[in-house]
Amino acid sequence: MAAEETEPMEEPATEEVTLVVGFTSSITGKYEAESGRQVRGFNLWMGQVNEAGGTTLSDGTVVKFESVTYDDESTKERVQELYTRLATEDNADLMISPYSSGLTAAASVIAEQYGKVMITTGAADDNNYMQGYTQVFQIYTPASRYLAGAVDLLAATDPTISKVAFVYENDNFSTSVVEAANAYAQELGYDIVLYEGYASDTTDFAPFINKIVDSGAEAILGGGHFQDGSTFARQISEKGIDINYLALLVAPPEPAFADLGEAALGVIGPSQWEPLAAYTPEFGPSSNEFINAYMAAFEGEEPSYHSAGGYAAGLVLQKAIEDADSTDPVAIKNALDAMDMLTFFGSIKFDTTPEAHGLQIGHSMIYIQWQEAEGGLIKQVVWPAEGSTAEVLYPIP
Amino acid sequence: MDFLLSSLSDGLLIGFIYGVAAMGLTLIFGVMDVINLAHGPIIALGMFGIYLTFNNIGLQPYIGLILVAAIGLLLGIIIYLIVVRRVLDAPHLSTLLATFSVNMIIIGLGTAYFSTAPYNVDFSLGRVSLGPITLLGTRVIGALAAILVTIGLYLFLYRTRPGRYIRAVANNRNAAELMGVPSNKILALSFGLGTMLAAFSGGLIATFFPFTILAGGSYELKSFVICVLGGMGNPIGALLGGLILGLIEGIIPTIMETTWVPVVEFALFVIILLVRPSGLLGAKK
Repeated sequence: MAAEETEPMEEPATEEVTLVVGFTSSITGKYEAESGRQVRGFNLWMGQVNEAGGTTLSDGTVVKFESVTYDDESTKERVQELYTRLATEDNADLMISPYSSGLTAAASVIAEQYGKVMITTGAADDNNYMQGYTQVFQIYTPASRYLAGAVDLLAATDPTISKVAFVYENDNFSTSVVEAANAYAQELGYDIVLYEGYASDTTDFAPFINKIVDSGAEAILGGGHFQDGSTFARQISEKGIDINYLALLVAPPEPAFADLGEAALGVIGPSQWEPLAAYTPEFGPSSNEFINAYMAAFEGEEPSYHSAGGYAAGLVLQKAIEDADSTDPVAIKNALDAMDMLTFFGSIKFDTTPEAHGLQIGHSMIYIQWQEAEGGLIKQVVWPAEGSTAEVLYPIP
Repeated sequence: MDFLLSSLSDGLLIGFIYGVAAMGLTLIFGVMDVINLAHGPIIALGMFGIYLTFNNIGLQPYIGLILVAAIGLLLGIIIYLIVVRRVLDAPHLSTLLATFSVNMIIIGLGTAYFSTAPYNVDFSLGRVSLGPITLLGTRVIGALAAILVTIGLYLFLYRTRPGRYIRAVANNRNAAELMGVPSNKILALSFGLGTMLAAFSGGLIATFFPFTILAGGSYELKSFVICVLGGMGNPIGALLGGLILGLIEGIIPTIMETTWVPVVEFALFVIILLVRPSGLLGAKK
């Protein structure tokens, strides 16, 4: 009798599953700035999901997340070692890539080898998705489309310009971006007067700047990552060379780029995401909600696209689990293959052809430029024209 | 022609700094036959010294350099007394391993404190234009400071008693000791001067390039090339070697891709070793 009386009082048992998300971050080394923001973005997503009670599947299973992470020291060797450890010793259920295409290439091999779904963020190189992998999914716009808009912007701004110099970091990502942009610029009839790469640890850009002056280039495109890109911009400004247009990879969209002062003025950079971008998301927070939560969580730090990419990587995992209605890796992988959604970060859709499986085909770039504002410099969106917040500042003062 | 002039002037200015860095390495080798593998990290410490004095204390970098040089001197004496002295008469491998250990300790401590992230001293002195050549103020002052240090070192070695003692110990330590030269103190001073020059050159580099705790490695490698070029153990040869290396770095980009610079530099290193191992000005006897 007593049992009959108490039975209706019992709640149906809900199973709680905690999925382990493994990744490395560059706490030390050259990618420290970008990687730090990426990881903070991801941690914000994870904290929010767990605080909200996790993600609930139709059978009542509550899915929560925990992360296991190590410092990869910005080196491929550490990435290979640590992703193997994440897969075999830490039993990570899902993976997020490290920052940068080079490190992600090293991590992707391991993720594929151990059959772990990996969302890549901060990794735009197209080549990584041409390797026949089936578990690796990219959320950034691929490198081949990174600087095409900067060439379009140049053409739209000053049709009289003809001489362009490409000076870029000799790494997978930057080389792949510049190869595509160079082909596109030539297609548009530009005369490529200088096309030269520099080593990743370059600190003295004087030889390149002297070559740019000698080549008669009117526009410079290239760069690589934050450290070399900001040093390059700084030394161009210090030398006071006469250049009309400067578009660099990765560095300009970082808020810290403004610390260069007048060297940052007029510099254009492609961005995966900007706070000004006003997408109406189908899933996850709006841009403003993300920005406010990020700034509240990280002592007022303004999020960059690396931060947004980290958050979006978590969001994509969450949506895939919800769409799959399961924590089964195969079901999650199938859900990612079928994904086509709009988030605050932009559209997310993956190539599912065997030739380029996992390549991002939904997301597009926007282009920012540092312009003068009261009391300092601010970023303005200058391309595409329909999304611009200001006229492009041209030529560079 | 304008391109060549611009490249050569940039190369020449940086060559003076390379020369000072190499002088530190060659002085230590010349006096005590020790190849100091902690040379690179000490250059990096000089960079961080300027960063800390500029950012934390607000000291003008060129005043900070005096402090960096003094700390470099002291650090060198300490390294000598604790590590080098005990293995000085052991086979070369022992001194190599001892200074390599110091290298690893400095890099380890530096990484723990500063991480391997890049740092930057946000300091500018504007630029000077001379026709087609644009020279950055920090590089010009850096070159002038390097010249002053070279003159100072020369006067110290040839016009002061401790300087004469250093040369005496470098020539023949046993004979110098018999003549009453306190060789242990002189060796400590020499090691201190070598590290002082390394830290000083690092401090100058920090005024115009960003750096990490690992940044000294590339300057250490260049210092080896320069020492062999100018003659191991010959401080004036080191300055000449530095200028030659700087000029090579200026000329190469005008005729081929800049990434060929290290290939040419190290090919030169091998050629000098094979053809004229005593260097251009002759190694110490």
